Amino acid sequence: MATVSLTVNGKSVTADVDPRTLLVQLLRENLRLTGTHVGCDTSQCGACVVHVNGEAVKSCTVLAVQLDGADVLSIEGLAPANGPLHPMQEAFRENHGLQCGYCTPGMIMTAVDMVRRKGHELDDRTIREELEGNICRCTGYHNIVKSIAAGARAMASGAASKAAE
Amino acid sequence: MSATGIGAAVRRKEDQRFITGKGHYTDDINRPGQTYAYFVRSPHAHATIKSVDSGAASSMPGVVAVLNGAELAADKIGGLICGWMIHSKDGSPMKAAPHPALANNKVCHVGDPVAVVIAETLAQARDAAEKVNVDYGVLPAVIDPAQAQRAGVPQIHEVAPNNTIYQWHLGDAAGTDAAFKSAAHVTKLDIVNNRLIPNAIEPRAALAEYDAGNETLTLWNTSQNPHVARLVISAFIGMAPEHKLRVIAPDVGGGFGSKIFIYPEEVVSLWASRRVGRPVKWVSDRSEAFLVDAHGRDHVTHAEMALDAAGKILGMRVKTVANLGAYMQVFSSAVPTYLYATLLSGQYQIPQIYCEVDAVYTNTNSVDAYRGAGRPEATFVVERLVEVAARELDIDPAEMRRKNFVKTFPHQTPVIFAYDAGDYEASLKKALDIADYKGFAKRKREAARQGKLRGIGFSTYIEACGLAPSQAVGALGGGVGQWESCEVRVNPTGSIEVLTGSHAHGQGHETTFAQVVAERLGVPIENVSIVHGDTDKVQFGMGTYGSRSGAVGMSALVKALDKVEAKAKKVAAHLLEAAEGDIEFKDGNFSVAGTDKSVPWGGVALNAYIAHKFNGQELEPGLKETSFYDPTNFTFPAGCHICEVEVDPETGNTEIVGWTAVDDFGVVINPMIVEGQIHGGVAQGIGQALCEGAIYDREGQLVTGSLMDYCMPRADHLPAIKVDTTMTKCPSNPLGIKGCGEAGAIASPPAVINAITNAIGTEDIAMPATPQAVWAALQKSGRSLARGVIQRDTEKKNVQLYL
Repeated sequence: MATVSLTVNGKSVTADVDPRTLLVQLLRENLRLTGTHVGCDTSQCGACVVHVNGEAVKSCTVLAVQLDGADVLSIEGLAPANGPLHPMQEAFRENHGLQCGYCTPGMIMTAVDMVRRKGHELDDRTIREELEGNICRCTGYHNIVKSIAAGARAMASGAASKAAE
Repeated sequence: MSATGIGAAVRRKEDQRFITGKGHYTDDINRPGQTYAYFVRSPHAHATIKSVDSGAASSMPGVVAVLNGAELAADKIGGLICGWMIHSKDGSPMKAAPHPALANNKVCHVGDPVAVVIAETLAQARDAAEKVNVDYGVLPAVIDPAQAQRAGVPQIHEVAPNNTIYQWHLGDAAGTDAAFKSAAHVTKLDIVNNRLIPNAIEPRAALAEYDAGNETLTLWNTSQNPHVARLVISAFIGMAPEHKLRVIAPDVGGGFGSKIFIYPEEVVSLWASRRVGRPVKWVSDRSEAFLVDAHGRDHVTHAEMALDAAGKILGMRVKTVANLGAYMQVFSSAVPTYLYATLLSGQYQIPQIYCEVDAVYTNTNSVDAYRGAGRPEATFVVERLVEVAARELDIDPAEMRRKNFVKTFPHQTPVIFAYDAGDYEASLKKALDIADYKGFAKRKREAARQGKLRGIGFSTYIEACGLAPSQAVGALGGGVGQWESCEVRVNPTGSIEVLTGSHAHGQGHETTFAQVVAERLGVPIENVSIVHGDTDKVQFGMGTYGSRSGAVGMSALVKALDKVEAKAKKVAAHLLEAAEGDIEFKDGNFSVAGTDKSVPWGGVALNAYIAHKFNGQELEPGLKETSFYDPTNFTFPAGCHICEVEVDPETGNTEIVGWTAVDDFGVVINPMIVEGQIHGGVAQGIGQALCEGAIYDREGQLVTGSLMDYCMPRADHLPAIKVDTTMTKCPSNPLGIKGCGEAGAIASPPAVINAITNAIGTEDIAMPATPQAVWAALQKSGRSLARGVIQRDTEKKNVQLYL
């Protein structure tokens, strides 16, 4: 067993894990954060995307022991507990960007990272190309693309109103 | 229309938990003392099992048990079943081979489970599975369905000589022959409907728990129809009496048909849980899902259409070989027969149709219902024939369709169905306008100047949903009724729980069923909960598939609401001291006709339970009603999809540059959700047409066994989709709903292929039309790279080489 200490959704966590434990297993099995999903075994589907030190990472491709000292954000930590939803979450609901919901946490975490990298004005082509690593079988992506464009804009106005404060 | 009633684009109630990571999928559930199952699977497509040596595996760390097929048989756990009897044309019953949940004596496809390891952790189970030593006697395999019936090929099951399950037919052979004899033109096509792998993003999973004190078993399972699973696992597999088995299908991450079926893994998990006395969890990994989740389609067809000189269709003749894989599954016999040949009339008046279907075993995974189930295969045959016939007769493809549309209803086809309502011309016209068909020639010329081949393709499809009148299904061989149940529980405070036998796995029933209640009872949608997916809560239900939840499940809800309203009126009559016949109910208020006396919904609900204002002997206290709704007909959604593509002749790459969908689903409860269903269905159909295809090698190894090898459509494969509707009400159910879940997947493949063949000028292309396949077709037809070069050279002269 190996010991790993990291921050998950703002809380310090220390866990004893089998060295082969993946980050997604640490989240789901040890911490019972089951919002991060596993949809494949070849790092294609993106259902397991979380943020590690602010960047989107497929949590099925990282060993937990690699993340000593890291700051991990999963879907459960995206919006403050009992606070309003993150604008990207709200955009997915408003634009019917989900059906079965299984790929959704990974989609939302990817989308937030996409905005960080590409800005708040995202055209369809950019969003579709950036979703190469996230597979959805339900929606045909049409409304996911719409959600991400709307969520990106909403994040800009959120950021603007924060700056004004 | 109220803001939350029928027809409103209400945002989904279920989304809160999904967007915050608070869903409850099967793998999210854990039980105290839980163990993990990992299956040992056959690496061979066809082999005898000489021995299974579990000695080394049993002594591995953390191993609780290693169980095999002989032990399963010794415990008298029955095999898996097919629930639909098909008779061959000679009257003999289909040849259903035994399907043990763990192979005993013989394996019949790669991935066939042979043994299971139960261990303290998944990693330990997986490690130990590698130590189970199975001695196989490898046999030659048969993989290609077109070869399966030939003399001298390997025989898979003793009960099925020539690997033939049935040789079925439908229609009038002699009448069809006569129609062909009188024809001025015959269009012929050879069609392969490619084999698909469903790939719901949530892999299948099972969590089984045995309670020794009560001798009960509970199964949490990724199921589209938990009650059917319980019935089959109890009555046919003999796991436990029905009342001692609880099946819970919690949040389910997509199904598309693949989660209808009762598979070996959940049966074995239940059995193992009882054997080891602890909960057992099995979660499929994606690689297993590729190997063993039931695949879809896989037809080889020769089809002919007879026409007169003016393009009127006189008859159709279709011969199909359907590959059902190594074992039959729950619905697999019905898919290429009654869900296929019955749709061969399309939207057209066709006087004579004759269809023959041979279903065969091969050493491949099972094939069963996948989104559309038989109807996409039929639509592909019809819409390709019509399109090619139009081209051969030099008739505009829209005009060709218009000429042959069914225009009066009801319309009896020569293949069982009686279409009840529709306006095919209206959806075609609307689609032509939205797609700007008139401007296509100009767009094609502009594309040609860029060195691109532009094409347009139509699909005017029909499908049959709302499965289905139980007696009719029984007459066709179905093993169960196809009604749906619903229970409406009104609480004393007026809030409402709807318990439905339908099951949602992405369709948004928690919202749409609540909309129907809100509309009918005038209560806020927040005060309505939809309960589904638990056999201990919902008494019985047939589940969700075949686009049946709206047409059948909601009809059951309406029937129960009718009873609730009738009973509530009785209570209101006592409260208002009026005659029952004078009570009117509107917008959540009961009033006495012609007076200002009224009592709100909540007052009636409370008084129904307090029971002070009426005699409990004359009127039962409480407010709860149950219904079982049996449909009187199938429903017939229909519409027109138009696909526009640009093919790059140098690479063969197809880009879909326009998609128009105009569908008639009858009454729509929530247009936002219906649009989402279209988007998803079209995406799956485009996947079939452009990139998806399961490929086995000659030894029966699945070559497309991962998401790296099997091309699932990504966001950048797909276009934005223009969706619109026309509406003819479905006359056979109370809400007028036809169903929308499968239409996109049914309509879209022929639209894509018609567009590509229109672009490249040759019909010789099979699905999936990958860049390589399109490029090869262009080379073969002589309309290849050279033409692209010529075109660019002549660009300035604006020569329309391709038109």
